Amino acid sequence: MAKIHVTTTINGEPTEFLCEPQQTLLDVLRDELRLTGSKEGCGTGDCGACSVTFDGRLICSCLALGAEAEGHEIETIEGMAEGENLHPLQQKFLEHAALQCGVCTPGILIAAKALLEKNPDPSESEVRYWLAGNLCRCTGYDKIIRAVLECAADMRGA
Amino acid sequence: MASENQELKWIGTSPVRPDGTDKVTGRAKFGADLMLPGMLTGKILRSPHAHAKIKSIDTSKAEALPGVKAVVSAADIAEMPSEWVPAGELQLNYRDLASNIMARGKALYDGHAVAAVAATSAAIADAALDLIAVDYEVLPHVIDVEEAMAPDAPVLHEDMFTEGVTPTPDKPSNIFKEIDIGIGDVETGFAAADLIVERSFKTAPVHQGYIEPHAAVASFAEDGQAELWCSTQGHFTARAYCAKLLGMDVSDLRVTASEIGGGFGGKTTVYVEPVALLLSRKAGRPVRVVMTRDEVFRASGPTSGAANWVKIGVTNDGKIVAGEAVLKYQAGAFPGSPVQPGCMCAFAPYDIENVKVKGYDVVTNRPKVAAYRAPGAPIAEHAVESVLDEVAKKLGMDPIELRQKNAAREGTNAAYGPKFGPIGYAETLAAAKAHPHYSAPLGPNQGRGVASGFWFNVGGDSCATMNVSEDGTLVLATGSPDIGGSRASMAIMAAETLGIDVADVRPIVADTASLGYTFLTGGSRVTFATGMAVIEASKQIAEELRQRAAKIWDISVDAVVWEDGYAKPAGANAGDFEPLSIGDIAAQAGKTGGPISANAALNAQGAGPGFGTHICDVEVDPETGRVTVLRYTAIQDCGKAIHKAYVEGQIQGGAAQGIGWALNEEYIYDEKGRLDNPGFLDYRIPVASDLPMIEAVIVEVANPTHPYGVRGVGEVPIIPPMATVANAIEGAIGVRMTELPMSPPKVLAALDNGR
Amino acid sequence: MPGRPEIMARIILTSGLGNQYAGGQTELEIEAADVRRLIAALDERFPGIGPELKREMAVAIDGQIYQDPFLERIEPDSEVYFLPRIGGG
Repeated sequence: MAKIHVTTTINGEPTEFLCEPQQTLLDVLRDELRLTGSKEGCGTGDCGACSVTFDGRLICSCLALGAEAEGHEIETIEGMAEGENLHPLQQKFLEHAALQCGVCTPGILIAAKALLEKNPDPSESEVRYWLAGNLCRCTGYDKIIRAVLECAADMRGA
Repeated sequence: MASENQELKWIGTSPVRPDGTDKVTGRAKFGADLMLPGMLTGKILRSPHAHAKIKSIDTSKAEALPGVKAVVSAADIAEMPSEWVPAGELQLNYRDLASNIMARGKALYDGHAVAAVAATSAAIADAALDLIAVDYEVLPHVIDVEEAMAPDAPVLHEDMFTEGVTPTPDKPSNIFKEIDIGIGDVETGFAAADLIVERSFKTAPVHQGYIEPHAAVASFAEDGQAELWCSTQGHFTARAYCAKLLGMDVSDLRVTASEIGGGFGGKTTVYVEPVALLLSRKAGRPVRVVMTRDEVFRASGPTSGAANWVKIGVTNDGKIVAGEAVLKYQAGAFPGSPVQPGCMCAFAPYDIENVKVKGYDVVTNRPKVAAYRAPGAPIAEHAVESVLDEVAKKLGMDPIELRQKNAAREGTNAAYGPKFGPIGYAETLAAAKAHPHYSAPLGPNQGRGVASGFWFNVGGDSCATMNVSEDGTLVLATGSPDIGGSRASMAIMAAETLGIDVADVRPIVADTASLGYTFLTGGSRVTFATGMAVIEASKQIAEELRQRAAKIWDISVDAVVWEDGYAKPAGANAGDFEPLSIGDIAAQAGKTGGPISANAALNAQGAGPGFGTHICDVEVDPETGRVTVLRYTAIQDCGKAIHKAYVEGQIQGGAAQGIGWALNEEYIYDEKGRLDNPGFLDYRIPVASDLPMIEAVIVEVANPTHPYGVRGVGEVPIIPPMATVANAIEGAIGVRMTELPMSPPKVLAALDNGR
Repeated sequence: MPGRPEIMARIILTSGLGNQYAGGQTELEIEAADVRRLIAALDERFPGIGPELKREMAVAIDGQIYQDPFLERIEPDSEVYFLPRIGGG
């Protein structure tokens, strides 16, 4: 099977890769580009561990094909910190112990960042419903929700 | 040196975890994140039948497919003798383990591994699986535990004759074992009762639901040595199991624990690890095997589903005079359900003179159960705590007061035998009663429930190695995979013991070749047992630092004290010396005896039992039967919280899992015994919008065997929620729910029957 | 010591073990200085019980549970329970 040549932008960097037609964007990120921060928890769009943004829109990268990235802009967890500076959400998650095993954390951070860009002042319910597609089995969500709400407040004040 | 009597500087605080940055940036390497040069993709062929004889397996076409480098089946694993070894609470039998890794002779559940391939790409591996021809003879199957116990049930194992009954039956059955525990005489007890309540309950098997699927990368060298990288709660136990299954010397296998994306007991055994090793040995190349979510649900975990019956007798003043239970746990395809600890835990929180519990360990055509947080306890205590609620209601007594009247205390003979040492059950009850949640007003269709839970907690083998670097910072290596922030608590205990800054301790999880045997992360043991090894190593380092300071100062070691992170002269007579920091001493280590290093290896005994009491408010929608959890408070005696935020996190996470067990989670099998909901969407663990904030309240009744009083925390919080929620629903609708999950259709039916 | 009744440790077996090896007896008194000697003494009295105790059982000596017992001391007035080993999730 001939591979497809794809030209795209990942975390702001022009990127080219070859992929098989059936390879998902998640497979390409992980196996071809070695960006393993996006995780596969289900492969069916239920758990959100593979969350990335596609032209700024939050998607499950396991539900997109690698070939679909052609000409678009993808943001992954690897692009969230700027150099040595963690994004305020990353910092807040650390301070709030908003992660235990950490495998859902990249997806939740990407999803939370997308939320705050859309809605800088979400209610607790809005955060809970926005993150309902990002499963966490360790924390019971309490500290995650608090971290997102407090980060939103800080960012509004900043 | 700091001791429990001194003011604590780090213990009880919540510093940022040392591995945190890697986990918020995507840098942390989990099981599936390792890629080696030349690595092949391994995939597993699984039985589509719940119960079938495997007449033949033809792998020739798969082997002939270009890109396929190895195909394996049960024929590649030596036949194992029936031999039981402890593995978590579940005794593990190598013959069964081998047959679970690769079906031998029969496939015993939908999803049972039958063969595996390693190929140069995932697509080729998938194509190869399609080319393996398995000739099955489908057999009648049995899914439900009580149906499996019936005399005419299809028998899974022809050589299984129930243990624990005399004489041993001459007919095989699905009942592996009967268990009896008890004290006193329940007949006498019930005769003295003014009120007797009895009920039958059913609980669904539930999966641990870790977000990271099982994953392993194996690499065999030509000389027979191998390396294994895997997502596991115990890389030393994984090494033991894999070495045995592959016929290797234990020391020839080096296992590195990847970061682990949740385990909750489900990663205390092996599934893909030996398969990756078998494929790598055959192919001569590294092989990675990663389960899909479908495979995780069909072939790993869960914990038992059960059919239970409980009878409790009380006098009018609320004293429990007798408790009796029958617990039937399904073990899945191979024996070894956690019914034993279930029997022991059922009445353990209470001081009862007469207790009788009978347990059955029953095989069914489901995946073999694996440990899940306090294995066995939630299932049994759900029934007991539900009946107690009914007893309280019938007596017109506050449910916390009823529990207070009967609570086990220091010196109480536990229902499973020995006397309790210092325990904090009464303290959790008092805290629950005093909590504002308990007296807050409720609205229409709302109800409040309370329930408690008990778990033993365990100790066991742990090692810790501490090396002082040249600049005085320390590397602390343990063999306990860090699932929920344990590196942080190890660093805290080391810093506290040495009187230094927690940031100067760099904790790591060392591989099996770099450290002595350490039992797995489970049983709420790491902060307790590995913590004791860390404290011991820290004490050795402090002692060594005193010796080195004495040499530097040329005075007697008795004249040197280690205090607040510095070597100091013991008194005015010792001489006038400026205190020396670890860095000062480390800089001169070469002159005073060489590198400063300590190793502690111990088998920690004397784990402190844990108790928790939960309060929950629910609202029931009378139109749909949907139950919404409005408020949740979880109180637990942790002995001592080392990292406060991660202790809270354990309590909150355990409670959330329990709420899922109570309300949503179950396995749905079709009439052919195939799992109908092997995905997160249909299995439905709690999502963020299902839950309220969960308030964790930490009670601290010190465990006297741990230097800082640690009991362990991870398991207790999953025990109370099922009864807590059931009791709250009863409060809201006036109907006792006896079957889990209490999903909308069941609640609606209960409402209709109650109307 | 003459005239003084000898005090021996109180040993409690699970009913399963009692039924299988000890004719239904679950409580007995045995003098033994440590767990190893206690198991040997039990095996002498109830042949076959020793290996079973070593393989599967933890002991609680005066309330303290030892999961992998061997050398633990037993006092003359100790209460020793044999109980199944516990692990966890």
